[in-house]
Amino acid sequence: MRREEQTEEKKKAREKSAKKRSKEEGDEGDEGEEIFSFKDKAAVDEEEDDDLSDSEDSVYSGLEDSGSDSDDEDDDDKDDNEEEEEEEDGSGNEDEEEDLKTETQQTGQTEQKKTTTMKKKKEGKEVTEEEKVNEYEHDSSDEEDIRNTVGNIPMEWYKDFPHIGYNLDGKKIYKPIRNKDELDEFLDKMENPEYWKTIHDKQTGRDIVLSDEQVDLVNRLQRGQFGDVNFNEYEPTVEFFTSDVMIHPVTNRPADKRSFIPSLIEKEKVSKMVHAIKMGWIKPRRVEDDSKGRYYDLWTGEDSSLVAKHKMHLPAPKIPLPSHQESYNPPPEYLFTDEERALWDQQDPSDRKLPFVPRKFSSLRQVPAFPRFIHERFERCLDLYLCPRQRKMRVNVNPEDLIPKLPKPKDLQPFPTTQSLVYRGHTGLIRSISVSPSGQWLASGSDDGSVRIWEVCSSRCMKTVQVGGAVKSISWNPNPAVCLLAVAVESVVLILSPSLGDKQVISATERLLSGQQEAETTEGEGPVSWIETEGEELNQGIHLKIQHAKAVQQVAWHAKGDYLASVMPDHSSHLQVLIHQLSRRRSQNPFRKNKGLVQCVSFHPIRPYFFVATQRCIRIYNLVKQEMTKKLQANSKWISSMDVHSSGDHVICGSYDCRLGWFDLDLSTKPYKMLRHHKKAVRGVAYHRSYPLFASASDDGSVIICHGTVYNDLLQNPLIVPVKVLKGHEITHDLGVLDVTFHPTQPWVFSSGADATVRLFT
Amino acid sequence: MGGLQKKKFERGSATNYITRNKARKKLQLSLPDFRRLCILKGIYPHEPKHKKKVNKGSTAPRTFYLVKDIRFLLHEPIVGKFRDYKVFVRKLKKAYAKTEYSDVERLKDNKPTYKLDHIIKERYPTFIDALRDIDDALCMCFLFSTFARTGKCHVQTIQLCRRLTVEWMNYVIASRSLKKVFLSIKGIYYQAEVMGQLITWLVPYQFSHDHPTDVDYRVMATFTELYTTLLGFVNFRLYHSLNLVYPPKMDSKSDLELKGEDEEDYAMDSESYLEKLSALSTSLARVFSSVEDEEAQLDQFPVEGEDMENMEAREKEQKQQETQTKLFEGLKFFLNREVPRESLAFIIRCFGGQVSWDKSVCIGSTYDATDETITHQIVDRPNIDKQYISRYYIQPQWVFDCVNAKILLPVEDYFMGVTLPPHLSPFVEEKEGDYVPPEKLKVMALQQGKKPEQEEEDEDEEDEEGEDEEEEDDNDDDEEDEEEEAEEKSLKKMEEQRSQGKSLQVKVTPGKVKVENPARLEQEQKAEEKRLAIMMMKKKEKYLYDKIMFGKKRKIREANKLAAKRKAYDDAEKAKKKKARK
Repeated sequence: MRREEQTEEKKKAREKSAKKRSKEEGDEGDEGEEIFSFKDKAAVDEEEDDDLSDSEDSVYSGLEDSGSDSDDEDDDDKDDNEEEEEEEDGSGNEDEEEDLKTETQQTGQTEQKKTTTMKKKKEGKEVTEEEKVNEYEHDSSDEEDIRNTVGNIPMEWYKDFPHIGYNLDGKKIYKPIRNKDELDEFLDKMENPEYWKTIHDKQTGRDIVLSDEQVDLVNRLQRGQFGDVNFNEYEPTVEFFTSDVMIHPVTNRPADKRSFIPSLIEKEKVSKMVHAIKMGWIKPRRVEDDSKGRYYDLWTGEDSSLVAKHKMHLPAPKIPLPSHQESYNPPPEYLFTDEERALWDQQDPSDRKLPFVPRKFSSLRQVPAFPRFIHERFERCLDLYLCPRQRKMRVNVNPEDLIPKLPKPKDLQPFPTTQSLVYRGHTGLIRSISVSPSGQWLASGSDDGSVRIWEVCSSRCMKTVQVGGAVKSISWNPNPAVCLLAVAVESVVLILSPSLGDKQVISATERLLSGQQEAETTEGEGPVSWIETEGEELNQGIHLKIQHAKAVQQVAWHAKGDYLASVMPDHSSHLQVLIHQLSRRRSQNPFRKNKGLVQCVSFHPIRPYFFVATQRCIRIYNLVKQEMTKKLQANSKWISSMDVHSSGDHVICGSYDCRLGWFDLDLSTKPYKMLRHHKKAVRGVAYHRSYPLFASASDDGSVIICHGTVYNDLLQNPLIVPVKVLKGHEITHDLGVLDVTFHPTQPWVFSSGADATVRLFT
Repeated sequence: MGGLQKKKFERGSATNYITRNKARKKLQLSLPDFRRLCILKGIYPHEPKHKKKVNKGSTAPRTFYLVKDIRFLLHEPIVGKFRDYKVFVRKLKKAYAKTEYSDVERLKDNKPTYKLDHIIKERYPTFIDALRDIDDALCMCFLFSTFARTGKCHVQTIQLCRRLTVEWMNYVIASRSLKKVFLSIKGIYYQAEVMGQLITWLVPYQFSHDHPTDVDYRVMATFTELYTTLLGFVNFRLYHSLNLVYPPKMDSKSDLELKGEDEEDYAMDSESYLEKLSALSTSLARVFSSVEDEEAQLDQFPVEGEDMENMEAREKEQKQQETQTKLFEGLKFFLNREVPRESLAFIIRCFGGQVSWDKSVCIGSTYDATDETITHQIVDRPNIDKQYISRYYIQPQWVFDCVNAKILLPVEDYFMGVTLPPHLSPFVEEKEGDYVPPEKLKVMALQQGKKPEQEEEDEDEEDEEGEDEEEEDDNDDDEEDEEEEAEEKSLKKMEEQRSQGKSLQVKVTPGKVKVENPARLEQEQKAEEKRLAIMMMKKKEKYLYDKIMFGKKRKIREANKLAAKRKAYDDAEKAKKKKARK
């Protein structure tokens, strides 16, 4: 508002000055003109007043006192007023003139003035001053249309009301009664020649017919011309100043002294700069050298001194060259199948074999840009400056060279190679087998509670003895003069005479068993009780029963055939191993202390030594001196079986963790060789008595025969060569081969398995 | 015991390594500057053998540099320049903040710059060293030269890259050293042999890049800075080795020919000159214009201990190489507008062919499409309206395949609109046991001079043969089936007898004589021996052996898989053909 006022005031001031000038001019000019101008002035004043009243106060303040004459008008007839206001917007047209006339009827004279002004306009530019005045007169740029006081709002808000707004007094302005429908409109269009220049004024709700001048103006504006017809855009310029240089100064003032003496301030500035240059703070403008980007022969004198680089520097590896897969048109086999594609999508980018998906395009023009091109180059950059480099020695070994050179198994014959006989008859798994010292008979003890004795050559079952319990261990007396079997059934060790073979041998056996009768009676209370059998059992051949306190796991004969050791594994007791003397029917407990869970025992074939295998180690006791002579570390978790070579120098032991240890007693207490040939637990091991062979049986259903040569020359290392893997047993209940034993004279091996068979490999 | 107690981590490997942060502090550089220095000087981190020892007992992941390397960096004059630049930036900022624009101008005039010549010399003491490492430089420059000249990096850099790559290509053309080319999905691989070094570079296809956001362009720009310098010096040396003028000038004869044709289209003379150079259609000016190609006959020095066969093989190879360099000699190519002009023009010119294109495609075209002497027109569209009888219309892959095969392949497979044979990578060298695609075998046969038989007939024959075989197979199968049936019958009989007759019907049936194949037996025996020997291996060796064997097996498996895939594909194709025929 304030600004508006100011502008108004400024306008006024300008107008006044203009008037003054016009006055002066008028003085100088014609009389007639003077009159006109004078009249003009009066009119201007009036108009001005009008303007003032309109714009400055009444509209917003609503005060009526400031408004002078126009108020009355408003009161008298609103319509007139509105019309007048509206036409004020336009400049210099007929309607306006008419309205002005109506206005001036009250004030007088104005009509005449108006017409004169119009005339003058048409005449030309001589009366520019007046024109200017007129301009201001009609200038309504910052006036508002105030016949309707609703303001600048969309008029459709008043669509549903009978009125269209409010006049200055706050009274409703009613919509003109108009009942034109489409038809009327159409008729109007057809009949009314002025229809095309009729405009509907939303603010007042009236139809206005444009005058010819207004139409003309519109046309001109549309064409992009000036609104004023008479305005000349190409007026010649008026030069206000001459271009000639005058010889005399404008003023007569003498020159200052300071224009003759050097400036101190400048001097100070210059000296500062000089100082800065001297100190090197400001550098003189560098001469543009184009040496950058200019190339020359850098390697003219290639001196070898520089070549000596430091050792640690490694040149960057080159990018691997592309393979067929990267081709834009690869052979069809290199493209991904759906599965491969799915796999590729699933994989982590670091796991992928190819960093891209091979694609095929039928022609070169169809190949698109590779989306990861910049990425790959950037990654290469990162690799070059961020990756530690390392020289990687690639092993270039022929795998054949890694295989040790061993003598051919062919040269190491004889050894069992093929399965030749199967001994069927048992119904339960066969835990233990034993071959008679003559090599004619084979005894087997099974979980079905029977002991069967077979003829080796014919695989015929000669005898079946029901012992009434699962047979844990069975062992043939090594004395060839007698025919005796020791059988471990639950907590009893049975001495069984199969009464097979020579009559002499049978009688010798009978004699041995009966001859002890007297001694037996003298035997007092021991850890075990020796019981003579009678009746049915005796008929079957069971002669003696040695009743133990606990379940017996294993029985082992001494080489002479008189002593018998039995094992009752029990952690808490010191009565784990007992040695029985058959001839005197006496038993004794060799150990006072318990040294761990005993797995198996064995007598030394020649010397009075006794081998006891506990879980982790094998102890060797001297039975004569009654002391421990050696302790062998088996390097395995749980020993399952053990066998001593007939010379007594070597021991093999199998363990449940798939290993087979080969000990040389003269060499060390550690195994000379650990063999891990089996995939599953080793159940049984056996030495051949005369041939340099040993066998191991395992739960994986295989028996492996190894050839172990020991040279007399101590400097040469013993040589162990696996010569044959024998397969035949079926795996039942995760158990394969349970026991293995060699024929005493032939290079044959027997094995018993969980599939209730005994097999002979020759 | 006497002596002072030795402190931990003051001896040994801990003193040989320095962490990145410490190195940075020692050099008094910010991380970006340090990075830049490492890139320019080619310093990379080292992985210590005992990380914990070097890391003073901690296991935190750290990057280690060799102390020697960092000490080496300390003497680098460029470090001083970096510091100057830092100061310059600070001053500039200050001047801007104080709105002292005269100072800004002055500072900008004195903007510190540095040159990398000494670094190049230091990193690559001999020219061969530089050549060996030029792969990455070429790849990077080719990439940068395809960038749009807005954003991402300075326009000067892009222009420089373009200039250097054009120079490089012109050199390769002049020296005829291109060996292999490969159209991959990533771009076009080229391999050239320059001074005995195999140099491979990759050029992206001519498309605008959509710049990824997760790429640090500053790193790339630093590398480019180094590479442009390197490539410039290498180009200079290479041009001089061929007695060419550097910077390259076009041959005066051809220059005259070209002049006046398209001069008006380019505002700047220099611009048009570079464009003309990059058109690759003209030969370059030599220092001594009188020197014509005088190939001195190289004397043969028979190396002692080398037998004649070797010598002959070498000679043969040389001859082959010579013929390869003259592969397209005498041929006149015309490139249609839809084929990649630059790469094809480059390749054809490398092998002595004449090449031109439509005048509106690029500057420097030498003859028109209407020229009757054109022998090959390279097109990449299904058909063309106006065809000349005197020339072959072939697809661009022909050129590439010819270069790789080192002979002119039969054009029939590459005619316009024909399904192309697969494009194989020339970089793969198949060893024994690897899978070799059948197309490669065909090409190898062609190389050895065998004429390709009529394919269709071949196929027919094959078909017939295949059918015959199948029939035979069927017969065999039938026989076998019969035998099996007989066996089964006898078995069944036996079983029945067993089940019926509990009364011990022990019956001896005549046994069959098993025919033993002695060779097979021997093989089996050998295999068993090997198996047994493997059992006796030591643990360490066994591990190594298993690893090697695993790798071998995997290779074989992959080869088999590829072969199987191919067979399935071929079968499917055959079936389709048959169906179509019916």
